[in-house]
Amino acid sequence: MTIEVLAFGIVKDIFGRSSMPVELDEPSVAALKKLLEQKYPRLKQIASYMIAVNNEYAGAEQPINMHDEVAIIPPVSGG
Amino acid sequence: MKAEIKILDVALDISYCIESVMSPECGGIDVFIGTVRNKTKGKTVLRLEFEAYEKMAISEMQKIADHAFDRWPLHSVVVHHRTGVLNVGEVPVVIAVAAAHRDAAFEACRYIIDTLKQTVPIWKKEIFEDGEVWVAAHP
Repeated sequence: MTIEVLAFGIVKDIFGRSSMPVELDEPSVAALKKLLEQKYPRLKQIASYMIAVNNEYAGAEQPINMHDEVAIIPPVSGG
Repeated sequence: MKAEIKILDVALDISYCIESVMSPECGGIDVFIGTVRNKTKGKTVLRLEFEAYEKMAISEMQKIADHAFDRWPLHSVVVHHRTGVLNVGEVPVVIAVAAAHRDAAFEACRYIIDTLKQTVPIWKKEIFEDGEVWVAAHP
């Protein structure tokens, strides 16, 4: 299944775009992180990052469904 | 009990934020105004650029306000946050908290800004004379 992953902040710079199609064999947050880190090793150099599914921070075991809104959340720095 | 949460790409209206939490039931309003500082670790900052994942940022700020209402006897809360380019001295965030008594207003305002900085998906890039950096991105 192919999902579109939204990118913000430094992750947008790493991807070179604000959203990225990703082909997921195993639809979980952990699998997505593993895949992204293989494709974009620079992700491992940032302090940390979270995955959000449908506007909520998601744990590693959370499944990802076809029509979920998935986003990568690098360390936040608002305020 | 009400919260007004907004992300705006125009200058924040500090007076509006304060006036909108004023109420005869309240004995105090605590206001936090974030401003763009001209230096980071001794290095001159030219400007900041703020980016938000707006839908989620609104929902995370709403959660923070909800928690504040659960923890303290508050009357109303306003949180306005900027996106876009901000120059030195400009205002990225205004938080106004009104309560019957000042302790609740002080504590809740502090809680809201501290938690906002930890959980709300908003990012700032510092622009220096010789480069730029996403704040907190690297260890």
